[in-house]
Amino acid sequence: MTEHIVSFSQVTKRYLGKLALNNVSFQLPRGRIIALVGPNGSGKSTILKLIAGLVRPSQGSVTVCGKKPGRRIAGEVAYLSELDALYPFFTVEETINFNAGLFADFDHQKAQEILHFMQLEPDKKVRHLSKGNRGRLKILLALSRRAPLLLLDEPLAGLDPLVRDSIIKSMISYLDLREQTVLMSTHEVSEVEPALDLVISLSNGQIKGMEEVERIREQYGLSLVDWMKETLAK
Amino acid sequence: MMSQTFNNTQPIYLQMVRRICLQVVRGELKAGDKLPSVREMAVQNGVNPNTVQRVYTELERLAIAETRRGLGSYITEDEERLKRLREDLKNEQIDTFIKDMSEMGFSAEEILDGVRQKLLITKAGRV
Repeated sequence: MTEHIVSFSQVTKRYLGKLALNNVSFQLPRGRIIALVGPNGSGKSTILKLIAGLVRPSQGSVTVCGKKPGRRIAGEVAYLSELDALYPFFTVEETINFNAGLFADFDHQKAQEILHFMQLEPDKKVRHLSKGNRGRLKILLALSRRAPLLLLDEPLAGLDPLVRDSIIKSMISYLDLREQTVLMSTHEVSEVEPALDLVISLSNGQIKGMEEVERIREQYGLSLVDWMKETLAK
Repeated sequence: MMSQTFNNTQPIYLQMVRRICLQVVRGELKAGDKLPSVREMAVQNGVNPNTVQRVYTELERLAIAETRRGLGSYITEDEERLKRLREDLKNEQIDTFIKDMSEMGFSAEEILDGVRQKLLITKAGRV
């Protein structure tokens, strides 16, 4: 087992000539909850997609769990898309069973526990779920996997405070940080702050800062939001 | 269900260490009491489990808690240590108070007088 779960080495990504990531290098330690923060279009989703093997770097190299990400990395990486990726005609239960069939590491027991915790009704059709409950179901699907790496793209975006709170709580309760690492992109920085270990701030496709959250408070006496403002102003 | 709030300009682990110390001094946690597991504590407070681990390590370093292999963390049974904790918190609070008062220009006599009067009133009328 290598020390770092993710490693980017001089990675550049262009979409049709448009620069999304500009010569980025970093490494992520195991067993942490890590947030990617920064304005829209700063490259957060691109980093997650490169790790998930959904897009390839234009230059440089990405290593995940000691491998180059591609289609087969899906067995080791759980990816929660910012898009609505659920089938509307399935019930909650059917969605869970469908995912259990897709992924060998899917933990049915854990899924039932989270279902109960989130108070989701198993017989309800996805199309009849509120946006908040769709958000809860998506995080349930990600957290039910025993994948070593969980990638969450904006798991809190557009959801009300109660739903956001239940999502953060479920992460803390159901993650196993001895075995799992989480990388999530978010704008809801102050809410998720107590749950984080590390934060990476991005702007214009470049990394502006990477720091342990407790160190930001200890060394600089700053809240995460203030630190972000400082790093992004550079 | 709602998590406790933290001052976000101070390390959370230090704030949690302090809260637990205050619980001990108030008698809500007693010598030999079991502390919640790392995960329970993390969920109750809405914080990262790694942070709670750090809290327990720090409490152990301060000899206020001890970890028993496979059983979890417990408040120490060393009553002397807990007495010292109580004294330390008292002195810390008094130091802060004296510092603030001195900065505002009050003399030792004025501070003592003020405290004495206030305590007498409180005792008499429970303000």
